[in-house]
Amino acid sequence: MIRAILTAAFAVLALPAAAQVDIQEVTSPGGIDAWLVEDHSIPFVALDIRFQGGTSLDLPGKRGATYLMTGLLEEGAGGMTDQEFAAAEESLAARFSWNAYGDSVVISAEMLTETREASADLLRAAIMEPAFDETAFERVRGQVLSIIAGNQNDPDDIAPDTFAALAYGDHPYASQQEGTPESLAGLTPDDLHEAHRRLFTRDRLYVGAAGDITPEELGALLDHLFGDLPETGAEDVGEAPWNLTGGVTVVEFPTPQSVAFFGHPGIARDDPDFFPAFVLNQILGGGNFRSRLQDQVRVQRGLTYGIGTYLALSDHRPMLLGQFSSSNNLVAQAIEVVQAEWADIAENGVTETELEAAKLYLTGAYPLRFDGNANIAGILAGMQQDHMPVDYINTRNANVEAVTLEDVRRVAARLLQPDELHFVVVGRPEGLESSD
Amino acid sequence: MRHRLLRGLLGLAAAVWTAPALATGDVAEFTLENGMQAVVIEDHRSPAVVHMVWYRVGAADEPPGQSGIAHFLEHLMFKGTDDLAAGEFSQIVEANGGTDNAFTSWDYTGYIQRVSADRLGLMMEMEADRMRDLALDPEMVDTERSVILEERAQRTDSSPGALYNEQLRAALYLNHPYRIPVIGWRHEMEDLTREEALAFYSRYYAPNNAILIVAGDVDPDEVRALAEQHYGPLEPTPGLEPRARPSEPPQNADRRVIYEDPTVASPYVSRSYLAPERDPGDQETAAALSLLAEILGGGQTSLLSRVLQTEEQVSLYSAAFYDGLNLDDGSFTLLNVPVPGRSLEEAEADLDRMIARFLEEGIDPAQFERVKFLYEASEIYAEDDTSGLARRYGTALTSGLTVEDVAAWPEVIAATTIDDVMEAARMVFGQHSVTGYLTVPDAEDAE
Repeated sequence: MIRAILTAAFAVLALPAAAQVDIQEVTSPGGIDAWLVEDHSIPFVALDIRFQGGTSLDLPGKRGATYLMTGLLEEGAGGMTDQEFAAAEESLAARFSWNAYGDSVVISAEMLTETREASADLLRAAIMEPAFDETAFERVRGQVLSIIAGNQNDPDDIAPDTFAALAYGDHPYASQQEGTPESLAGLTPDDLHEAHRRLFTRDRLYVGAAGDITPEELGALLDHLFGDLPETGAEDVGEAPWNLTGGVTVVEFPTPQSVAFFGHPGIARDDPDFFPAFVLNQILGGGNFRSRLQDQVRVQRGLTYGIGTYLALSDHRPMLLGQFSSSNNLVAQAIEVVQAEWADIAENGVTETELEAAKLYLTGAYPLRFDGNANIAGILAGMQQDHMPVDYINTRNANVEAVTLEDVRRVAARLLQPDELHFVVVGRPEGLESSD
Repeated sequence: MRHRLLRGLLGLAAAVWTAPALATGDVAEFTLENGMQAVVIEDHRSPAVVHMVWYRVGAADEPPGQSGIAHFLEHLMFKGTDDLAAGEFSQIVEANGGTDNAFTSWDYTGYIQRVSADRLGLMMEMEADRMRDLALDPEMVDTERSVILEERAQRTDSSPGALYNEQLRAALYLNHPYRIPVIGWRHEMEDLTREEALAFYSRYYAPNNAILIVAGDVDPDEVRALAEQHYGPLEPTPGLEPRARPSEPPQNADRRVIYEDPTVASPYVSRSYLAPERDPGDQETAAALSLLAEILGGGQTSLLSRVLQTEEQVSLYSAAFYDGLNLDDGSFTLLNVPVPGRSLEEAEADLDRMIARFLEEGIDPAQFERVKFLYEASEIYAEDDTSGLARRYGTALTSGLTVEDVAAWPEVIAATTIDDVMEAARMVFGQHSVTGYLTVPDAEDAE
């Protein structure tokens, strides 16, 4: 009975479901671009505001400045103290969040329709007129120091941080965006103003909007929020080097379970082979139970609770990365399984069954991503940041469908480099030593 | 100049109170003849549906000595039935462009799929199949036991904070099984058997112990027809009584938990009290405690954050939590992470000082109105998250509440007064408590 229905469902899915998303390209009277999905069913709007460059724009010796600057935006602005700003945000029931990443600083805002004007005034104050006053600066710097201390004691952070330090030379990617206790000690509020000037510019701005707002209203909002931004700021940083080769680095840490972080260079978003690589990663370690690694390491052998890989599409060094945790007495065996699967797919490609299953999943799941105003606003900002055409959503599933077994075989041979695959293992792994 | 913008904002905000017209989504409810309850939440904004089955059974219902069996069974539910091979359930969901998962807590175990709305019938067919016809290969059970031990190693044994919370909970509840971790105690997990899992399964996984929740682009009549087709033929378990767990005796002593680990980066102190949970038709005290948590340690203008973090700068982070969505007694917790150089004894004294000050000074009416407005607004934002709405009903209904209780909650919050909150605070803080330190060995010497 179930099999009969399943067959029917496969047949139906041969026509990929279309995402019902109507994107409007909005340009404000002042010339600021944004993408909008207009939906008046719930009385609020979500904005996703991104400044490309992120914490990688930190000046030499000023590591942590952009991260700290982002954390301080809501801690006093536009003539308000931190407490006054927080009380105003609560009074309006606006929801702002401020997040810093290696390639962008992301500001998410949700604003009720009935308080939108005043909420926008508040948001503008934080973005355009942050105070960075001395007291708030000291307090938030203390919070960042505790975050750094926490990361330095957490194997889930030590593993990728060690990998980055070994891999990326003197590029900002090699160090932690929060900075170090030493770099933070040298920062002043002036450094945060400088980080703000470098990053918060028109040419780095991308905006997605979704919810209860018209294109005209959005245009006015864009000019109000961003009209006074300077045109340009910092120069971009260059490409990150890749200084690792295949092998294992063990970092001793007192814990019953080791964390393994692994990877090697990947493929860029605009590479002609991107879609085959995307499908290949789904089959290799795309996070569901069907992936090769999840099946071989978890389901068949019980060596981990979960393993996954992902294409890290970083601006300055795209990577293929993965992570898992295994008890200290199992992790060496788990690494052997990963290495064997890596080599097998590089040499033999994948099966027709694996390819079809991955394509069915990817094409069917895609429309489900457009769920809720905040998610949609984020997708719209990300698409612009990646320089995708506005009709990308309509062509994306066809691009996945078009990937052939031969495409995957060719790209697997190019992308998967068993001899380049490096593992950083944090813990007390049994039978495993650093290879370098 | 300084307060120009702020005054404007507060003036505007004052006008907002009068216009909280909430566009709540349509919620329908029905019960099948075999006792299976169903809730349908309509949201036609995207062509997707969330399909969930929640069982009124969780870690607090496990037989003595079998801690972790509810969660282990949750894993085994993906390992095959008389119709489907191991792993095939998830394969079919994924082949239909969906995602699936499961979750276990003390009061419930739940299974969720998110798919295109036209696949709802297939999801029901498969979920109905595994409600009664699980078929477990013994060797696969052994491998999966290894997976849950790795899960415990990853989530608990590698995390000082998680190990600390586990010990705190065991101290907070003297007798109620909420004292036992959901994942299980390792020494008992190692001995869990296939037969124990199946015994637990055949008793509790039945339509008269299950709640169907469907949210998304669906019509309630169609959902009902599909549910009758797929879940209707399932046999109920006879003689399933409402759950009655061992209850708490009077707590006559304060307890202390000191957990030391060299990898703790930011030592902190926490204080937990038992607190009444939300009960059907009786949510007033819980509403007062929810507001109390916001006022004491919710946002940046809460008492703890404002005084300890901003004014005195003696705390890196502080918070208050109320956990009231349970079948039995909940908890109220305060937390304080002191700045470096300040001892945990001083941090504990800071918490005591804040409680005393709060009971003495009471609540600023402006803050009270802000917090209540945030609650109102959160209902608008919640409508954007269909899965979240579905989870809200599932959690409530497995905690003994009704659909009417969920619908009434915003009104109960709105009707709560400052006096109600103060009374709830005096009640909670008048009890014996558990005070815990998460710290490094010889912290005193290190300073």
